[in-house]
Order: sequence, then C-alpha cells, then structure tokens
Amino acid sequence: MDLRSSIPDGPLEKKWDRHRFEMKLVNPANKRKFTVIVVGSGLAGAGAAASLGELGYNVKSFCYQDSPRRAHSIAAQGGINASKNYRNDGDSVYRLFYDTVKGGDFRSREGNVYRLAQVSGNIIDQCVALGVPFAREYGGLLDNRSFGGAQVSRTFYARGQTGQQLLLGAYQALERQVGAGKVEMFTRHEMQDLIVIDGHARGIVTRDLVTGEVRSHVADAVCLATGGYGNVFYLATYAKGCNATAIWRAYKKGAAFGNPCFTQIHPTCIPVTGDYQSKLTLMSESLRNDGRIWVPKKPADTRPPGDVPDAERDYYLERMYPSFGNLAPRDIASRAAKRVCDEGRGVGPGGKGVYLDFADAIQRLGRKSIEEKYGNLFEMYNRITDEDPYTVPMRIYPAMHYTMGGLWVDYNLMSTLPGLHVLGEANFSDHGANRLGASALMQGLADGYFIIPYTIGNYLASNKHGAVSADHPAVKDAEKAVAQRTQRLMDVRGTHSPTHFHRELGKVMWEHCGMARTEAGLKKALQRIPELRETFWNDVKVVGSGESLNQSLELAGRVADFLELGELMCLDALERRESCGGHFREEFQTPEGEALRDDEHFCHVAAWEYTGDGKKPTRNVEPLNFENVHLSVRSYK
Amino acid sequence: MKLTLNVWRQKDARDPGRFVTYQAPDISPEMSFLEMLDVVNERLIAKGEEPIAFDHDCREGICGQCGVVINGSPHGPRRRTTSCQLHMRTFQDGDTLTLEPFRADAFPVVKDLIIDRSAFDRIIASGGFISATIGGAQDANSLPVPKENADLAMDAAACIGCGACVAACPNASAMLFTAAKVSQLGLLPQGQPERMDRVRKMVAQMDAEGFGSCTNHGECEAVCPKGIPLGNIARLNRDYLRATLSWGRRLPGAAGGGPG
Amino acid sequence: MPTATAMSKGRATGETESFLSATVGKKVVMAATGLILFGFVIGHMLGNLQLYMGAEALNAYALFLRTFLHGGGIWIARTVLLASVVLHIWAMTSLTLVNRRARAVGYRQWKPRESTYASRTMRWSGVFLLAFIIYHLLHFTTGDAHPDFIPGDVYHNVVSGFQVVPVSIVYILATLCLALHLFHGSWSMLQTLGLNHPRYNRLRNVICVGLAALVVVGNLSFPVAVLTGLVR
Repeated sequence: MDLRSSIPDGPLEKKWDRHRFEMKLVNPANKRKFTVIVVGSGLAGAGAAASLGELGYNVKSFCYQDSPRRAHSIAAQGGINASKNYRNDGDSVYRLFYDTVKGGDFRSREGNVYRLAQVSGNIIDQCVALGVPFAREYGGLLDNRSFGGAQVSRTFYARGQTGQQLLLGAYQALERQVGAGKVEMFTRHEMQDLIVIDGHARGIVTRDLVTGEVRSHVADAVCLATGGYGNVFYLATYAKGCNATAIWRAYKKGAAFGNPCFTQIHPTCIPVTGDYQSKLTLMSESLRNDGRIWVPKKPADTRPPGDVPDAERDYYLERMYPSFGNLAPRDIASRAAKRVCDEGRGVGPGGKGVYLDFADAIQRLGRKSIEEKYGNLFEMYNRITDEDPYTVPMRIYPAMHYTMGGLWVDYNLMSTLPGLHVLGEANFSDHGANRLGASALMQGLADGYFIIPYTIGNYLASNKHGAVSADHPAVKDAEKAVAQRTQRLMDVRGTHSPTHFHRELGKVMWEHCGMARTEAGLKKALQRIPELRETFWNDVKVVGSGESLNQSLELAGRVADFLELGELMCLDALERRESCGGHFREEFQTPEGEALRDDEHFCHVAAWEYTGDGKKPTRNVEPLNFENVHLSVRSYK
Repeated sequence: MKLTLNVWRQKDARDPGRFVTYQAPDISPEMSFLEMLDVVNERLIAKGEEPIAFDHDCREGICGQCGVVINGSPHGPRRRTTSCQLHMRTFQDGDTLTLEPFRADAFPVVKDLIIDRSAFDRIIASGGFISATIGGAQDANSLPVPKENADLAMDAAACIGCGACVAACPNASAMLFTAAKVSQLGLLPQGQPERMDRVRKMVAQMDAEGFGSCTNHGECEAVCPKGIPLGNIARLNRDYLRATLSWGRRLPGAAGGGPG
Repeated sequence: MPTATAMSKGRATGETESFLSATVGKKVVMAATGLILFGFVIGHMLGNLQLYMGAEALNAYALFLRTFLHGGGIWIARTVLLASVVLHIWAMTSLTLVNRRARAVGYRQWKPRESTYASRTMRWSGVFLLAFIIYHLLHFTTGDAHPDFIPGDVYHNVVSGFQVVPVSIVYILATLCLALHLFHGSWSMLQTLGLNHPRYNRLRNVICVGLAALVVVGNLSFPVAVLTGLVR
C-alpha cells in the first residue's frame, strides 16, 4: 500500500507555499466541467462545498439531516484556535504548531500540523468576513481566551456557541452557492456506498431517507466530510445521527483507515443517570478555567458536597499537575477522573462522577461575573440535572467525544483511493493521538476553506478521465449491493431493536477500548464483538418498510457498520503496544501512572487495509519523522 | 410515572393522518422528553408496530432539528428549552400529553411528527449571507465592531432554525426567523453593502414559501428556545422600509447569489 | 417531496417583489393607516370634549370644521380618512387570506403564551368598528339614523341621541371594542413601522396604551354624562 504523505521537501515554513505553487491548476473556464461530490455539511463539508462552488466547480452536497445547518459541528461550544497573537502574549505559528504536535503526543505529521497553524489566522479573517459574531472587546476588536491547556490566549469564541456560529457562517456561504445554482443540495440523503471505477473514486450511492430511493451520483472526485465515529460507544457527546457508514464503506472499497484506536474522551460531561440515557452532554471545557475539580479523600464518602470540609477534599488535578492544575489536557484530566473513581472516590449515582466546584470562583469574582461567563452553561446543567451549580458543585464525568483516527489521507487530503478526499474529523487528522481544545473547529475549516480548494484542483488537473455513465456496471453493482443490504436488514425479522445491539456494543467498547485498555480486555472485546455482530444479523428487528422514511432501518444500517468498525478499533488498540495521548494501555505506563510512549517501535501511523469480510485486515505503517520538534516526554506537571 | 400520549400519526405526506393514543407507564422523571419517546418506541418495536417518527439529532439543544408541539406549545411548556432538553420532571404522573407536528403550510408533514423545513434554507439561500469570497478576507481586526452591536448580532445569531416561531405564530409567520438573520448581518459592518438588497430578497422568499404575516402577537419570542427578541422584527421592518425608500438607488442585478 | 433545497416552492430565489405585494409592505400600509386613524380618534375625542363647555362652544367648533378652508378642509380630512379606512381594510383582508392559507391544518390543542385577547381578536374588533362607524355616520353626520336630528345643532343631536339608552349602549360597546383594538394596535403599529429600541420600548408601549386609554375614557364619558344627566 502506498502511504507516501506527499509532503514537499524544504523548510517547514516553506512547505505549503511551495506545494501551492507546484500544484497544477484547473483553468477557470474548465472548472464547470468538473463535478465534485461533498458528503457531510459540517465545517469541513460546508466549507468545502461553498469554496468549490465559488471557484466554479459543480458541487453536489449531501447530508443526512433535514438541513445542512444541523451538522454536529454546531455543538462545539468553546472556541477556535488561531495564532494571531492579538494579545501579544508570545503566540506564533510555530508555537501553535508545537503545542499541537506535543498535545497530540507526537503522533501527527509535522508538515500537516504546521500548515494548520499557518492557515489558522486566515480562518478567523474569513469567518469575520462572513459575518460570524465573535466576542468583542469594548474597543471593537476581537476578544480571546485561554482554553484547554494552552498557555497563551489564542482562542476566539462566540459566547458558548462558537461551533454554531462558525457552522452557520459556512452554511450561509453554502446556501449562497445553492442559490446561485453552483451547489446542488441533497438533504435527508445518506451515503451508502462509494463507486470506484478503474481504481478511482467516481461517485456515491445514496438512500433518500424520505422515499427510500436508492440512487447513484457520479462525479470526478469525492470528498467525505462525514465526521467522527465516536457513536460506536453508543453513549457519546455526538449527535444521535452521527455515523461511520460513509468512511466505513470507503474503507471497504480500498481506503486505508488510520489509527482507528485514537479516540478522545472529554473530561467534562454530565454523568449518566440511567439505562434509558441516549446521549451524553458536554459541558464546555472553559468551565475548568474557574471551576476546581475534586473528590472526597475517603472512598465511599456519601456526605453531600457541602458537608465535606476542605481538608477532606482531594483537588487531585491541582495535586498531580501543579503547573497546569485543572487545565490539564483532556486525556490527562479524563484518566485522572477515571482513576479516582476506580479508587471508589467517585461521587453521585454509581460513583461515576467528580465535582467541578465554582464556590471559590464565586467567592473571588462574585456570582455576577460567573453568571456572565458561564450563565448559559449553568442553565443547561440545571435544565438537565435539576441541580443549581451556583450552590451545589457540578458533577462531571468523562465521555467519548472525538475521534482522532479516521481515513488515512496524504498532505493533499487524499486517501489511498485516488480521487477520494477526506476532510475534517473523518480523516485521521492533524491531532495525532490527542486533540487540544478548540482545535477541531480550526482543522475542519482549514480543510474545507483553505486546503481542499487547492488540492482538488491538482487532482483534477492531473487525472483526466472521461465521463462515467450512470449505467456503468460498477455503478449498477454498487446500487444493487446497497439495495440488497437494506433488504437483508429488513428480512432478518428478529427480536431485538437496533438500539439494543448498539447499546451492547457501546458497553463492550467503553469497557475494553475506552479510557484505559489492556491486552486481556481488548482480546475479550475482539471475541465479543464478532459474536454480537453475528447475533445482530440473525436477531435484529426492523419494522416498517424500506420504501419510506424508516428511522429504525437507518439506525440498523449504522449499527451494522459500527459492529465492524468497533472490531478494527480494538485490533488497532491491541497492536499499538504503547500508551500515547488518548490511547492508554495499562501495561505501558510510567511509575506515576502516565502514558509511556514507545517511539522506537510505534512512532508511526497505523493504516489498516481491508482484505475481505472475515479476514484480518493488514496493518500498514507510515513512519513519522520529526525534523523540527524534539520527541520528548509530554509533561504537564 | 405513567403518561397517556395522544400522538399524531401520519404515514407520509399524502396520508391524511390521525391521532393515536398510547399508554406510557414506567417513565422516569429524569428522562428527557425524547428519551421518553425512545422508550415508547422500543416498546412499539417489541410489539412489531412502527415507532413514532420524530426528528432529533444533537440532543443538546443546539442543532434545531427536534421540535414537537406538546400540549399546545412548541417544544413544551418550559421557556427557552428545546424538546430534547425538556425533562419529564416537568410533567406530573398521570398527565396526558398531546403531541403534534409543527403546523404550517410551508412546513409540510413528512411523517408523524417530522416536518420539512427546507423553506428556511431557501430563505437563507435568497440572501441570508455575506458575499465574501473565500480566501480573500482582510485581517479580522481591521474591521472593529462596537461591542454593543456585536452582542446584539450574537443575540440574533443564536437562532437554531428549529421553526418553533412559525409553529407558535397564529399566522404561521416566519418573521422572527427571517428577522434574526437580517438583524445579525445588518448590525455588522461586513453586512452593510448587501443590507438593503438582502432584506428585500429574504422577505420576498419568505412570502413565496407561503408563511403568514406578523401581527405582533409575540408568541414566537415566548416559545423561542434561544429567546430571540421581538425587536429583531422591528429592525427588519425598519430595514425593509429603508430598502423600499432607497429603491431607485439600487443597481440592477447587484449583490446576486455569487458568480452566477 | 422536495429533496434538493434549491427547489423553491414559489418563485426562484433571488427575486424580489413589489412593496405592496409583500406581507411586510402590507403591514406597513396597515400600520401607517392605523397611525392616521389613531391620530384621528385622538383629535376627534379631544374636539368632542367641548361638549362639556356647552352648546355654543360645541356648535361653533362644528361650524369651524365645516367651514375651514372654505369648506374644503373637511373634505380633505374625509378623503384621507376614507382612503385610510379602505387601505386598512384592504391590507387586512389580503393579509388575512395569506395567514389563513399559511396554516390550513390547525392544532388540536393550542396554548397561547404571550398573545393577548386583544391581539387575537383584532379582525373581529375591526369588523365591529367598521359597522359602528357606518352607524355613527348615519347617526350624527347625516342624521338618517337619528329620529330627532337638527342639522347644525350638534349639541342637541348628541344629547338627544345619547338619551336613548340602547343607542348609548351601542356607543359604549363600540368604545370598549375600540379599546381592545387600540390596546394591541397602538404599539403594534410602531413596531411594524420599525420604531423600536430596547431602551425605549417600555416607555413606547406605556405611552401608546396610555393614549389609547385616554381616547377610550374620553369617548366613554359622553354617553355616560348624558345618561347620568350631567350633560343635558
């Protein structure tokens, strides 16, 4: 398998400039002769569709929601990083680059991350131009805050709704192109398969979620911007509809899957309350700027939080990581929470929670100031838990939040399958083994606004292949396969709903492939998941018909893919015999319980190649070379 | 708790539809409203009946995809709360809940409680944007925005496009939705060049979609999960009047939808 | 079932419509004519207060109105008022039809949260007021509906008119109806004309509703004063 990253030679700062010059261009008059499919309408997808439409390409954009504005980028609360150095506090492109590489535990490509840091400033400019109402200071200039373990204030934000505002900016740009006729928008359409002709991605097969119609769309290139696969854990901070079907079908058509085991657990979510729970809600990480995290020192302490005197509280993050304290990066904070709960010191129902206490901050800054900063988050917490965080500490617990893994892509965002480009969270991205706060929005928009518009031109200009007719055998085969699969799901007529299997899979994944992983646990999961999959295909019950809107059928299709992807994640986690970032193998830790990397054997990307159903996929390796950053032990003490 | 549900069931757009009554025992007050529907649906599936179709996605009150009229109120009785963030503790044991889709001719029912809100997308496509070429923006701080305006713009921009305003309006008017976008962009310096053209196009599209007119009842603001202020509608009216009065100054074909 | 959002229900995106065919334009017509009529009812009520100054003052005032600008003034006023009423009704009818169509299938259950009885009954209070205005013109202007009408003697006509109890009741009901109409209409028209500012909205609404209340109280006082014998 060809895993060349295509990163140009030369000094780090010059790589992207040089590459932009070296890439081929498509003549403006010829752009309208090319059709590009974009699946997904989040920051990366909407950004890409809008940019490509504006450049003059014919774009077909797809989303499963009722409107492109619903994509889950909308739920990001905290902010977006950019190395603008507006605060004069020592930020620079190089520092953002360095922080991101280090934060990712040295498992990302230097060239990619540097480019991300380079374009970060342009993203802010672009968003402002599109009318995103970022927070301002009284002088009318943009405000910044420090976020998620960064020591400089480089995070731009729009109240607690940054993701929403950025997405709406991209959505409006997209709708502008829809109005101009350059983008054809297909809502309530789900991609079901990828069409590959002569080794190139040439289209997709979709199911119209309203009518059930299976239809193919051919194009000159395909971009997947379908987000992450965290819903494999069932309980996650993802939207209910987020799924891996698009990238999974692409994987089965030949695109390599990079680092599937790299998942991020977010430390500040509202804990689970019961079996009926359908999703987990994130509380912005910004809360950790003023909240103090603690648990009682004694295990099984059931006193109400107010009755636990300060001397009997363990502010464990402040104790373990004095220099970063409550602002320690996500993977570290999550693991610490798990550790104290495993020691029996967790709070709330089931002992799965820790306190996030604002009493000190309220005393120091006054209730009003806290209300101004976090009012909407406190309100949301109160709405969900019926507790008042101004008087009772919040209870939080880590939850599945982001997947750093995804389809392998080169510097041009192209997968191992020519013509198939993968953007945003859907690709194995620039975040290595752990993503820093406020970096996901940055990456999504960078890919959509500033990278794909260049690299797709290069692909189209260098690959001149003729038009594909909708009657091509490969197209017909793909359509038939999709229809058959739907029929197969309908025909099982078993006894358990798709949700039942999803929940079961989630339990297995969370237990064995969650915050801490062991060889024994992963082996158990690798045995359990195929069994579960087998049961699923013999016992799933889908009611209704395939020819109409059928949410239970949609879910069944997604769960079927999760049941395969979960296995690959466990396999990857088992093979990566080291701990790094969000991937923590209990066998590999320092005496203090920190992640122990093995740079000698695992300083690489694992790119999994599909070899057929029931066969073990091949693990290919792309070595990571660090020429500018010194591989060091990541310490936040 | 035990509830009785009167649910609007409609197979597809052509089906006339009807109310069906379901019993929902063993509901935990800690459940969200949608989780309660999940539980009811799981029981329906177990019985081999088709589950109640309802729209939802993020389940954290921001995507705007969910929305059910619960006992006569879009998103239920709690202020500034979407259907997904409504919890069953809001209701009493033994309550009867009537669940209906958002009703408007511009929002045709797709199935059960699911409606088609693509009219909103078309309103945005008609002019709810700033035509800034991607990649050509100047430095973000070169355009200072007074904090007051930035805050007002953000208040308007908080709209999640759920359509509750339309559902609650006795005239099924989309003025609050349209006005929120007109306001947000009109309050920012970046939005000035297209301001007059934008409001006229968006209003024209809003009318073409078959929404009703605003009669200042204020129902929209009351049910808006994001509390978008009614003042935005006045701002739209003001801009619309100004746009009409400045009619003659408009360049033909100015500020279209991109490079068409 | 529209699948691609580019498909528009009405016209293609990007076109605009003329001011008078847009709902917002019609609302502006509604509000502007409403403002004129509101101004008129205020003036009408203030002028009529001269009832309390005796027959001479009132009749002189009436004569002044009829002869102002050599008798042209009253016709200018009548034309403006008639045009306002016609436009007001035209905009209302046209918008009502749009609004009816906008929700052909209604709710089984609907719970008002913010709207008022006044706002929801604008159409009906309006229709009642129209009927009343016609009666009022026949009663006090032309005298066709007044059994004891003396042209030029407005004072006599008012007092003898209101001494008939059922007539007074009609006037009182109509005034209450006007109260309902103005309670919502007064601030609503300013909102529609875009006269809104978060800092002054409360004041705006208080002034509007206050003015409306003044009109109502003034108008109510006339039949009441006659019936109680205060004015005879």
